[in-house]
Parts: sequence; C-alpha cells; structure tokens
Amino acid sequence: MQYTKTPYQQKQMIDANGAVVGSLPESVSDELLLKSYRTMVMIRTFDQRVVALQRTGQMGTYASCLGQEAIGTGIGLALKKDDVFLPYYRDQATQYLRDIPLHQQMQYWGGNEWANHFSGIAQQDFPNCVPIATQVTHAAGVASAMKIRGEKRCSLVTCGEGATSRGDFYEAMNLVGVWQLPMVMVVNNNQWAISVPRNIQTGAETIAQKAVAAGIEGFQVDGNDVCAVYDAVRYAVNKAHSGKGGTLIEAVSYRLGDHTTADDATRYRSHEEVNEAWKREPIKRLQTYLHASDLWDEDQEQALQEHCKQEVEQAVKTYLSQPAQPVADLFDYLFEETPAHLALQKQRALEKMARLGGK
Amino acid sequence: MGMHEKIADLNQKHKPVDTKTPHVVTMIEAINMALHRAMDADPNVVVLGEDVATNGGVFRATVGLKDRFGHKRVMDTPLAETLIAGISVGMAAQQLRPVAEIQFMGFIYATMEHIVSHAARLRNRTRGRLTCPMVLRAPYGGGIHAPEHHSESTEALFAHIPGIRVVIPSSPTRAYGLLLSAIEDPDPVIFLEPKRIYRMVKQEIYDDGVGLPLDTCYTLRQGEHITLISWGAMVHETLQAADKLHQQGVSAEVIDVATISPLDIDTLVASVQKTGRCVIIQEAARHCGVAAEICAAIQEQAFHSLQAPIARVTGFDTPMPYLQRENVYMNSASDIVDAAIHTLEVA
Ligand SMILES: Cc1ncc(C[n+]2csc(CCOP(=O)(O)OP(=O)(O)O)c2C)c(N)n1
Repeated sequence: MQYTKTPYQQKQMIDANGAVVGSLPESVSDELLLKSYRTMVMIRTFDQRVVALQRTGQMGTYASCLGQEAIGTGIGLALKKDDVFLPYYRDQATQYLRDIPLHQQMQYWGGNEWANHFSGIAQQDFPNCVPIATQVTHAAGVASAMKIRGEKRCSLVTCGEGATSRGDFYEAMNLVGVWQLPMVMVVNNNQWAISVPRNIQTGAETIAQKAVAAGIEGFQVDGNDVCAVYDAVRYAVNKAHSGKGGTLIEAVSYRLGDHTTADDATRYRSHEEVNEAWKREPIKRLQTYLHASDLWDEDQEQALQEHCKQEVEQAVKTYLSQPAQPVADLFDYLFEETPAHLALQKQRALEKMARLGGK
Repeated sequence: MGMHEKIADLNQKHKPVDTKTPHVVTMIEAINMALHRAMDADPNVVVLGEDVATNGGVFRATVGLKDRFGHKRVMDTPLAETLIAGISVGMAAQQLRPVAEIQFMGFIYATMEHIVSHAARLRNRTRGRLTCPMVLRAPYGGGIHAPEHHSESTEALFAHIPGIRVVIPSSPTRAYGLLLSAIEDPDPVIFLEPKRIYRMVKQEIYDDGVGLPLDTCYTLRQGEHITLISWGAMVHETLQAADKLHQQGVSAEVIDVATISPLDIDTLVASVQKTGRCVIIQEAARHCGVAAEICAAIQEQAFHSLQAPIARVTGFDTPMPYLQRENVYMNSASDIVDAAIHTLEVA
C-alpha cells in the first residue's frame, strides 16, 4: 500500500537485534540514547512494581505499559515543554519525562484525584483519559486554541489502535486536516484492544493510512525503536511548530502484558505469539546497541538497575504513606464556588466519616 | 491466523433444553444462561459488543455463546459505542433482536443519540411500520474499586427518555427472567446490571425460558410499619436494613423496583398506603434521580396516607470518587436504618 503523503521516511533506526539500520540521524545523539535507555529501564522497573502492588492489594486496577516503553520515552524526549500532552493511559514514560513523579503516577492508579494535579511543564497537560479516543477531540481543541493565538506550540495526543475505530478519532483527525492544526497524534498500535486483535479492528492495512482521508501526513514507525519514535515525533512537532499542520504516527509495538491487572490475556492469545513479540521488545535491542558502541558496560548496567530499584522503592514508600485525601475535597472542586446544596452534602459526608471513625 | 479466526461450528448443536434440573447460579451466570436460552429459542437474537465473542465479555456474561452459536450471531465489534448502538437500531428494524453489550455504563454516553433520537422513537415516527426490539446491556454501579468512569449509576438519564424501557435486576432469578423478557420485548430496553452483585449470591433457578413481567415491582419482604424502596445492588443493603429494623421491632416492607421505566407505581402506592411511611434508597446521585420521580408519584397518589415525609438515601451530587474514597459515597445498611428510624420518629 502506497500513500502519497509520506515525506517522513525513516521507520526504523535500530532493529530488533540492536543493529543500526542505515545510519543514525544527527538528532539522535549518544546522550539521547543513554537517556532513552535509562528512562525505559526506570519505567519497566516501575511498571513491574506497580503490577506487584496490585497483586498484593495495595493498588487499584493498573494498565501496564510493558513493551511500549519506547513510545512514551520517544514522545517525552521529543516534546517541548510548552507543548501540551494529552495521554491515554499507557503513557507512564512520557509523564515521567514531563516531571510527573512516579509516586504521583502510583497515586492515580491507587485512586486519588490529587494525582492529576500536575505542576511544572505538565501544568497544562491533561490527565489520563479512560473513555477511549475522547482525548483526541480535546487535543484538537487545544491545538485550535494555539492556532487562534498564533503560538508556536502544539498538542500531542496518544491512543491505542482500538481507539482509531471511534468517531472521536476520525472527527478530530478530519479537523486537524481541514484547519491545519498544530497537532501530533501517536497511535500505540500494540496489536490488541483487550481481546480484539488488530485485524478484526479495522479492514485498513495500516492505521497510518487513515490519515490519507483526513488530508494529513501519516506514517508508521517501529514503536519498539526509541530512536525512530523520537525522530518521528521530533519531525512532527517541528512541523506543527512551523505552521505546517498535523501528523498521524502509527507506532507499531506489542502489548506484552495483560490488558490491565483485571484481564487474563491467556484466554485469547497464544504464548507463541507473545514469545515472538518479546524478541522485538524495545529495551534489549538498545542495550545491545549501547554495548556494541562502547557506550555502556556491565558496571553501568548494574548501577542503573540498582538506581531504578531504589527510586521505585522510594516512590512506593511515598505512595503508601500518603493518607487518603480529606473528604471535603470530594465536594470542593466541582465548582469554583461550592453551591449550597453541595455544602450541605459535604457536611453530611463529614459527619458520616466521623461516625465511621474518620477512616 | 490467530485463534479468533477459527470459525465456530455454524451448525447449531441443538442440545435438548433441560428445564427440570435446578441450577445454582450467580447473577452473571444467570445472565449468561438467559442469553443462551434466548439465542436457542430465536434465531433472530444476535449478540454484539466489545470483547463479547472470543473473550466472552470482560465480566464473562457472554462466555460460550460464540462457540455455541457461531461468529455470525455473536460478534466482536470494533471499539465504537456509537456504532454498536446505531447498528443495533438498523438490525432491529430488520427484525433481528440485537442484544448489545456496552462494556461499562461509563462508556454508554456516546450511544445516547441513537437511543434518544432513533431507538426510542422509531416505532412512533413510522406509526408502527418500523420497530426497534433491541436490548442494550451494561454493567453499572460502584463498590468494586474500579478505575474512574467505571462506577457511576446514571439510570435516571435513561429513565427520562420516553419510548424505552429501563430494567435493573437485583438477583440471579430476576436477571434471568427479566433479561429473557427484555429480549422478547418488541421495544428497546436498556438493561442495567449492578456489577457489584454479579457474584454476590447464588440462587436456584430453572432454565425454563420463562420471562418475568417488565411492568411490575417485586415485593421482597412484607411489612407493616415502613416501606423501603430500592433497585439494583442497593436492594441488598436494603434487605439487611430490614433485618436490623426487625430486631428493633420494626416491620419493614422491601420492594425492588426492577423496572425503572415504565414504573409500576401502583405497587409502590399500595404499599405506602398500608405503611404510611417510606424511604427510597438509590446508589445514584441525589439530584433528579429515579428516587425523586418515585417520591413525586407517591405523594401525588398517597398523600393522605403519609404519616411522615418520604425520605431518600442517595449518593452525593458528586462524581463517584476515585477508589480510595469510594466508601464515602456508598451507603450502607446502617445509613438506611438511620433514615428509617428518623422517618418512624415523625409523629
Ligand atoms: C469509550 C470506551 N469504550 C470502552 C472502554 C473499555 N476499554 C478500555 S481499554 C479498551 C481497549 C482499548 O484498546 P486500544 O485503544 O487498542 O488501546 P490499548 O489498551 O490496547 O493500549 C476498552 C475496550 C473504554 N475505556 N472507553
């Protein structure tokens, strides 16, 4: 399948064996490679720990990003601080790179709205989005505001490939084309939408080609190759900043874990398929490349593993020691000024809590 | 080719229906049983939704259906709720009987246009020429520590729409019977399943294909002093409250509304005429909830029997809090007892 609008060509830079495909572009420095690697290892450590917390009843239902670390990392490294990020729910790496602490991400899955109270560069970012694909329309609104004001910023939105079946996705993408919005759409094509595989989700040969009908540029990248993701997002962000409109990036990857901790993927997919996918996962290949390029050695690896464990354990400690939020907070943030009937209900809730012993 | 590509045996294996052996089942199993029975009885019944075929539904409601009835009648749709509702309208107009699953009620809102503007009025708009015998099933309600958007009770949004039925079972028996009737019903039905009690109790039911009426409340416990009215998962706290009240010498009548719309107001009014006092218990937020409608209807028709204002035990007018504070939102049996005692104290 050929698309006419694909000026961006490089789809893979480091292959599944850790070998460079062609040569790395200038944008990909050694420093960037090392930062990517460190981030991905940190996020995988975090991810496994959160799953373990859930299994021991210390965490709510959690959506793992196992296998998709390169996508979030590439985005986080390419996005500029003034841009606005609208995540779906497997964007742990991007959020981490936008300075949302690990313990705060735990707090989200642990069930506390304060986790969405971002600051710093994430100040204008949206919280995770659970109603699938709805965030894509919000991203178009954010990009519209930037365009109206003539700002050199963009919105970047993520979703899964399943999300691209929804009207919200198509409607937003259509607007990106017709209004030339400064917006980047990154689809995490992890091959599965819970139990529904990619080939019964859409009859289209690729997700990227959905861009054609919207009149925007669309292309696939190897979503397990952090360099390719980074460079593609960087390209799309620069393009948006320079007023040349939006881009759809299909990052091809694989969901190595269950859909969430409430799911059991063995019901609907084979071990063989998952084992095959492990051979293409993002971290090992970069490690191989770094070793081969003398950018990394065993001592550094050990130190990094140790560091990540410590950071994550510290985050767990912080998360577990946070008290549940004050009950009043459930009422005080619905409106700027709390209406009288809610103030009364708040009173009732506080009395009820007192009766329950304040727990 | 993955496992999903395996085309199930399309020749339906006609198992003889065993209506004599009782099955001891949970509510989710009763729903599954009713779906099997309905598909078995009527080849026009089709099941569709996200993850309903190969996976058997995220709560296992549709497990086994694809293997038994084939992928033409049990369909995994693309991830698109607007589509699921819209194609159900089209299928229903073609005399199929689509039973569509919306994975969680929190994702049902995209279907609203099709429900309000089409499903609910196709018969009326065409003066009976086209009809819409579709069922939209959705798990709903809180108390299972689910992620955000997975716990709200917004049945009132649907109860407000003219031209559709809204049905909520609260036990395996009623889930089985009401779902069968919903599927057989010639008009659109929103069938809301309180997921907190999917696996809470087991009951003995016969897979006899017999439906329960869609226009009646269910009196679960007779009483003299006060009427407790509820539906969905809160029926269980309401029954517990009745037990506690009994220990205090209060005889409470407990009614499961079950059919939220149209509402069987006669049963409710008759009970309040007998007891003179009434508490309505809903999990949902207070403002404009179904309890408000029941309250209004009772005072219209039983005003002179009332010995105390009708009380409501409801959720707060806030979204369901994220899970750490879900407990603040949910009412317990003792909240219901308190409201009942308060009502009984009015001279
Ligand atoms: C509107 C809506 N419908 C259904 C769901 C339930 N649900 C949660 S995740 C999911 C699958 C999403 O698949 P995809 O978009 O491919 O992303 P992935 O989870 O695979 O990363 C579904 C059906 C939801 N959250 N929102």
